[in-house]
Amino acid sequence: MEGTPNISGKKKMSDNIKSSIFLSPALILLLIFFLTPMLLTIVFSFTNLALTGSQAQNLKFVGFENFIQMFNDAELYNSIGKTLIFVLFSAIIGQCFLGFLIAFLMKGKNATFRRAIGIAVIAAWVTPEIVVGFSWVAFLGDNGTMNSIITALSGIEPIAFLFEYPMVSVVVANIWRGTAFSMMAFQAALDDIPLEVEEAAVMDGASRWRIVRNITIPIVKGTITTNLMLVTLQTLGVFTLIYAMTGGGPGNATMTLPVYMYKQAFVSYQLGYGTAISLVILIIGALFSLLYMRFLKVKI
Amino acid sequence: MLKRKMFVPILLSGILLLSACSDSDNASGEAESEGDKTEIKITWRGLGDKDNLKRYLEGFEADFESENEDIDIVLSPITASEGDYFSKVALTMQSAETAPDIVSEDTFMLSADANAGYLKPLDEYVDSWDEWDNFIENIKSGTTGNDGTIYGVPTTTDSRGIWYNKEVFEAAGLPVDWQPVSWKDVYAAAETIKEANGDVVPFAMNVAKANGEAVSMQTFEMLLYGTGETLYDGDSEKWNVNGQGITDALVFVDEIMNKRDLGPSLSIALNANYSSVMTQDLLPNGGVGMVLDGNWNIANYMEGGAAPLEDVEATLGFAPFPTKDGEEPGSVTMAGGWGWSIPEKSKNHDVAWKVIQAMSSEEYQTKRALTGGTLTVRTDSAESSDYLERPLIEPATKALENAHFRPKNDLYPNVSIEIQNAVEAVASGTMSPEDAAANYKAKVSDIVGEENVY
Repeated sequence: MEGTPNISGKKKMSDNIKSSIFLSPALILLLIFFLTPMLLTIVFSFTNLALTGSQAQNLKFVGFENFIQMFNDAELYNSIGKTLIFVLFSAIIGQCFLGFLIAFLMKGKNATFRRAIGIAVIAAWVTPEIVVGFSWVAFLGDNGTMNSIITALSGIEPIAFLFEYPMVSVVVANIWRGTAFSMMAFQAALDDIPLEVEEAAVMDGASRWRIVRNITIPIVKGTITTNLMLVTLQTLGVFTLIYAMTGGGPGNATMTLPVYMYKQAFVSYQLGYGTAISLVILIIGALFSLLYMRFLKVKI
Repeated sequence: MLKRKMFVPILLSGILLLSACSDSDNASGEAESEGDKTEIKITWRGLGDKDNLKRYLEGFEADFESENEDIDIVLSPITASEGDYFSKVALTMQSAETAPDIVSEDTFMLSADANAGYLKPLDEYVDSWDEWDNFIENIKSGTTGNDGTIYGVPTTTDSRGIWYNKEVFEAAGLPVDWQPVSWKDVYAAAETIKEANGDVVPFAMNVAKANGEAVSMQTFEMLLYGTGETLYDGDSEKWNVNGQGITDALVFVDEIMNKRDLGPSLSIALNANYSSVMTQDLLPNGGVGMVLDGNWNIANYMEGGAAPLEDVEATLGFAPFPTKDGEEPGSVTMAGGWGWSIPEKSKNHDVAWKVIQAMSSEEYQTKRALTGGTLTVRTDSAESSDYLERPLIEPATKALENAHFRPKNDLYPNVSIEIQNAVEAVASGTMSPEDAAANYKAKVSDIVGEENVY
């Protein structure tokens, strides 16, 4: 009797040691490749770090100067606006809604049909972002497929989509690329809804819309929040697609925050200011996440 | 038991992963002295398969290596847009592991890179080099930092003007020996071309941010300096932000691209490939009437170039760019150029200098000017017969008489970005010239400080 607590204490200790040994490679890697750069980003955002010029040699802490500069930077406000538009239309309305719709319409359809549609949608998702970007540039170009179709059908002059409707173009391209992710998430969730519940509702004479609103959506609410959050955060960080398609232009028409950050850091050589902008992206991402959790009252 | 079995492999793979990261650093360091040869890595802005500088360097490499068996020249171009090139070069020069031994520096970036401590001062080398006197004196200022230290050996200079297609001019009833005396003449010629043939682009110039410095120098500064104003006052060390010339220059862009619709479509104008489409395809083939661009494009039309022409002077002309209302001296050009520098973090300064010396001999300076279509920086190269016989060398050299150089200030690259923003905003129709000028004023005042503008 006397020895038992002692033994279990020892066992606990050795368990702790064991688990920390098991964890240590992952922790060390996280520390080196994730936490350090993140902390450095925060530190650098308070400096005048530059890529070239005398500032590159004389690294100085400038306090909140970068952030004060941001308050007076009309282009930053423009970028925040463009980012919100891009996220709202391509992530929230586009990918989430369309993904849900496709998943919902495919529910219970025959397997071959589901597979065919599934492959078509997922093909866009597995294609590397840069390839998607160039494909859309080619598709929307003056001699591209889109304009060939329009010219053949109506005979009007080719439309320079990337220059006349730049935001619409990148939004559509991002929806095309990203919808598959939402679709797969919702498919998995919808398949888990027990058939009996819906059958019971049908017996009670509920309309299809009513079933969706009162049964389907409440059951998959957790998936909706997780998906919204993942898709929003992913879209906030989209750089390659926009950079390849429009480079943020024409003018500042598609200058979302990641593109603006890149331009400040590597085109205007102001690394310090660029890292400060990256913190703004982080804050916007955090705000979105909080909003979703609050609004949909789901705990992750 | 299973857990214990897995423990060792996991730990091992973790250690391997970590050590792999540090190992790769050592490996690249050792490679440099492999085989008793000193590797000299030369970096420049690569242009893919139509790269004139690469053609020149490959020829030089073969000659040099056969004479110097202990030196291995490694050509290591950075293929990137103009703006990205400078960022990437700056990044490589931050570490001894990645720094090239010789780097091609645009003279406008040189002060900034020198002040950042990336470049090795070359005064000592130059002082004991008797050929240094053969370099044209005012070109040397291009590779001198604002502290008076020499950071590079100049290798090219250039002038800018209007390239025009004589066949297009003839078809439109314009004189083939054309010399505009004011901006109005340029508008008029463009409108004549437009009326004669709607499929031909009347006038083209660099307007896309993607084309970087070309927008500032070939377009905006050519216009601004043609109004009699300058970007920067060297005496008072203040930047021009209030001048009417800034708005006037942007009005020219607006008139061509939007109001009079004399420019290329935005999908060509804002494309990163604008320059090659325009100078290698449309101009020699009569798809565009006039292109405001650099004299070096001649290299495209020579044998071995991207779009060789049988008789260049029969097809193309090169006219100095007029001042706004024909003010004295009648025409204007910006002159720039490139030089070879040695990064401070290179491990072989002395050998690198030896290679630069060889590249800067009369023979190779002449070759460089001929393959690149640029103007030479050596007085003796300028007198060589091959150089003097090159088509259109005369107007290109003549344009240089009224040449302006870019501000010697390490904030110029940052100001240049704002110029590019303003020009693209006006050209794409997102801002009026007045708004863009006001925005330029605000941005530049931010960059250089309120006290440094006028």
